[in-house]
Amino acid sequence: MASFLQANLPYILAGISVGGQYALIAIGYTMVYGILRLINFAHGDVFMVAGLVMVYASASLPMYISIPLVLIVTMALGFVIERVAYKPLRTAPRMSLMISAIGVSYLLQNCALYFTGGLAQVYPSIPWLSNTVTIWGATTKMVTIVTPILTIVLVIALVTFIQKTKMGMAMRAVSRDFETSQLMGIRINAVISTTFVIGCLLAAIGSLLYFTNYPSVIPTSGSMPGLKAFVAAVFGGIGSIPGAVIGAFVIGICENIIKSMGSNWTVFSDAFTFVLLIVVLLVKPTGIFGEKATDKV
Amino acid sequence: MNETLYTSSEKKTGNVMAICAIALVYVFLFLLDNFLPSNSFTLMLIPVLKKGAIYSLICVSMNLLNGFTGLFSLGQAGFLLIGAYSYAIFAIPADQHSAVYQYFDGGLIQFSIPEALGSVLGTNLGNFLGAIVCIIIAGLIAAAFAALIGIPVLRLKSDYLAIATLGFAEIIRAICQWTGLGTITNGSNLLRKYTSFSDIKISFGDTVFKLSTIFPFLIAMVSILLIVLLINSSYGRAFKAIRDDEVAAEAMGINLFKHKMLSFVISSFFAGVGGALLAMYQTTIQASAFKTAMTYEILLIVVIGGIGSVTGSCIASFLYIACNEWWLRFLDSGSVFGLSVPFFRDGFRKVVFSVIIMVVVLFFSRGIMGDKELSFAGLVRRLKRRKKPAEAAETSGGGDANE
Amino acid sequence: MKKFLALLLALVMIFSLAACSSSSSSSTDDADETEETSAETETEAETADSDNPTVTIGVFEPLSGDNGAGGKQETLGMQYANYETPTVEIGGVTYDVELVVVDNESSTDKAVSAASQIVAAGASVVLGSYGSSVSIAGSDTFADAGIPVIGVTCTNPQVTEGNDHYFRICFLDPFQGTVLANFANDELGATVAYCLGQLGNDYDQGLINYFTEAAEALGMTVITESFPEGNSDFTSYLTNAKNQGAEVIFAPCSTSYAQLIIEQAASQGVEIPLLAGDTWDSNVILAAAAGTNQSIYVSTFYAEGGDEAFEEGFREWINSDSTNLTNNGGNDTIAAVSVMGYDAYYVALEALKNAGSTDPADVMAALSTTTYTGVSGTIAFDEIGDAERDAAYIKVANTETEAWDFVAVQTIG
Repeated sequence: MASFLQANLPYILAGISVGGQYALIAIGYTMVYGILRLINFAHGDVFMVAGLVMVYASASLPMYISIPLVLIVTMALGFVIERVAYKPLRTAPRMSLMISAIGVSYLLQNCALYFTGGLAQVYPSIPWLSNTVTIWGATTKMVTIVTPILTIVLVIALVTFIQKTKMGMAMRAVSRDFETSQLMGIRINAVISTTFVIGCLLAAIGSLLYFTNYPSVIPTSGSMPGLKAFVAAVFGGIGSIPGAVIGAFVIGICENIIKSMGSNWTVFSDAFTFVLLIVVLLVKPTGIFGEKATDKV
Repeated sequence: MNETLYTSSEKKTGNVMAICAIALVYVFLFLLDNFLPSNSFTLMLIPVLKKGAIYSLICVSMNLLNGFTGLFSLGQAGFLLIGAYSYAIFAIPADQHSAVYQYFDGGLIQFSIPEALGSVLGTNLGNFLGAIVCIIIAGLIAAAFAALIGIPVLRLKSDYLAIATLGFAEIIRAICQWTGLGTITNGSNLLRKYTSFSDIKISFGDTVFKLSTIFPFLIAMVSILLIVLLINSSYGRAFKAIRDDEVAAEAMGINLFKHKMLSFVISSFFAGVGGALLAMYQTTIQASAFKTAMTYEILLIVVIGGIGSVTGSCIASFLYIACNEWWLRFLDSGSVFGLSVPFFRDGFRKVVFSVIIMVVVLFFSRGIMGDKELSFAGLVRRLKRRKKPAEAAETSGGGDANE
Repeated sequence: MKKFLALLLALVMIFSLAACSSSSSSSTDDADETEETSAETETEAETADSDNPTVTIGVFEPLSGDNGAGGKQETLGMQYANYETPTVEIGGVTYDVELVVVDNESSTDKAVSAASQIVAAGASVVLGSYGSSVSIAGSDTFADAGIPVIGVTCTNPQVTEGNDHYFRICFLDPFQGTVLANFANDELGATVAYCLGQLGNDYDQGLINYFTEAAEALGMTVITESFPEGNSDFTSYLTNAKNQGAEVIFAPCSTSYAQLIIEQAASQGVEIPLLAGDTWDSNVILAAAAGTNQSIYVSTFYAEGGDEAFEEGFREWINSDSTNLTNNGGNDTIAAVSVMGYDAYYVALEALKNAGSTDPADVMAALSTTTYTGVSGTIAFDEIGDAERDAAYIKVANTETEAWDFVAVQTIG
């Protein structure tokens, strides 16, 4: 048993760490979907932009300025995207909204391609987080241990925010019934903007952790983590924050276990995520923690 | 869209004009292939026309699903991949197998349909018919996969369907690249040397005419025509009813699953045909090119053309391909008309493109054509009205679009 | 009004994006850029003054996409050569050489129209491409137009096989795979090799295939795994390698993945030597390896220090222009692909001279007998159109000085 754990600990550690980072992105997806019923395809790219901003900011600014700067810029980006690309389409069919999200994703990727010139950018190493540590013989970075702890702390904070504050209550109301909450005097736009800003803040924190672990940013860096985070959100039941977090950890760990299973399986580590998605959608379309959807006629 | 709005004389004249126009296009393409001198203009025109025709078909097939049936599927790249691979696998000449499948001992399939037909009918006719047979096989295999995938996936609602089909496209890509299937798909490596557009020729006695540009037009036109016939049939009306209101459609006695499945399978069939043509156009095929980005590209063309408009999709395809691969290349080159512009460098074209797309999505969400169609019958009506000024005044700005 | 406002916001968003990345990348950029534009107009004025006829050389390279970084460095070599020798004498007449650079986006579906663009520009000879699959995809377009192509660093045998018009100045994958396997066995003393390639990338898979063949012939055990595109977590693969007792990791993937592999190997304390092909011969790798304990070996076309005069000139040229510096990855380390691009340009000029005309058909005929001694060695073509190369340079990354140290010249046999 001990030797088994010794041999497999690196996989599990990697899985937990990746899972935590997916979780931070997945929360953004699940919150936006809960309120707007929109798969925000651009969310993964916001994550990538946060990485790029960090690369450029840290080149000329000290770390204690550039980290807050990254968080602020990413939140502002989320706010602007919502106002420009999604708000004008509030009454449009859902398909238009999703196409707009794809358009934003395309735009962000192409802008990133233009500014970086297509070259992979090396992510700066953040002191302390990048230090290596040894746990039971497995060597890894500090960030691997920090990620799950930080994720859980942030989730608890977020859940408290949603349960206890007035804005949180408004968010719950809007996600329950868009029109009615509008009639009740809730400022829909403020609620939606807050949702996007929170989602982007978490994505920015996720990007700090993710890129510290995998220090290379390319214009398409965000798309795979983004898709997987979305799958995690669906797995846990879209709209449910704890569900998204659990889904993310499950996907992160499973993915790494598959990679340990030998050469015929590593090929399918990405495909597995999608198989899982389809199975979940078929067996329990609302996810593990999702509320039962009622068809409104 | 509803053709009964036209009088029979309008339709008749329209049809005659349409046939004339199509004949003219084909004569031009024939001349382009065989007699027109190649200069820098025609050299760019030919690939753009070919790819434009192929993309028209691919976009119309996606429009059938997204625009006419209201099923938001993002699996198009997967079906293109299946089509392209099926075509290529059956069209690689036997003596090229050892070169193509260099890491897999020449592969599993050791025959080529164009070659087999060629040995009976002569090389040129064999290539022509063989290519068509392979294209149909490609479509059928794509349709078969669609039927399999459709059983579970089509039960899902809107965006869940989108994400599930997108997932399937990724799975298909992973399977195609898997070395376990290397003897068929050649793993991660290219498939090449199969019958391509430049092999399509026709011979009259001793004179051989090239059909390399006409061929994709021909296949794409026949396919689009079939899709249009389907859309205008009672099935097509059922599709539109499902798009507009699923519950109401079901209440009217339309079998939702059956019709959704039909639309999905047919759309995938033509996507497979499109994939096969794309393989012929590219002369080499590699699974890694069929990414989600390709589906997005097709979706954006459909949106630019107008969701629910066949002619819109066609126009947008030609425009998009011409802009992306020809007219806007100067944006990357760093200079315009001899003036050097510092921010015109690699990738600027794509930025401009994505901004245009965002503008279209946000401000012209109906695209070029909306859900209207361009037709010659409409043109006839417009011309007639111009003769009667009193009527013309009423319908200012109607264009040749009809409702 | 609302629409207008939204449009305005959209524009603001784009420009703020532009502002934040360009302002932070380097504040001296603006000054450089104005300088650069004035310099460009100057050279244009010069060429406008001379009444020389022009000969066009097409450059078919990826400037974006997965292989964008390598394609840019290769193009830099050609551009430097063009800067150094902007004219050529063909049949007694001095021609100005014009480079037409077209981006094939590292993608086989964009390769056809990119190639047509070069044909339409009236190129006499084409150089490129970085990456074998795009080279193969563009090949038929050039064949139909009867234009010869000189492959610079596309190492797949299929590029030239059965093609009269495709030539190549670098070595091939079977050769490179064998060289690396020999090196792993002889010099590193490895008996178990772990191969890691990107799924769907024919370069990785091809080279691994030849490496495996050669290594197994030497009695080594080879374990092969593939990672999916867009993967960034390599810790599991590295753990696999460690658990299976690998003594060398052969990972001939593209540089963006290489960066991650090196970084994660270092942080995981996997001290197995890393071995790779020519793609890893890049300053990106050096930057990633800096300050770690990794030993990274690459086989490549050129070892720094081979030609002092060339290197000095190239460095100076790179540093004189901010765009070039960015394209080279931010510093002036000379990549082997730049050297190959530089040599390819001169091979093209030599062929033009030998042909005595700018007609592509004459150039094609002349190319098969053209020989040229460049920075990377002597280049002559065999009957298939491949350069007769029998040696590869093995270099090791020096993690302290951030430079490549020459290890050995490895041959087969």
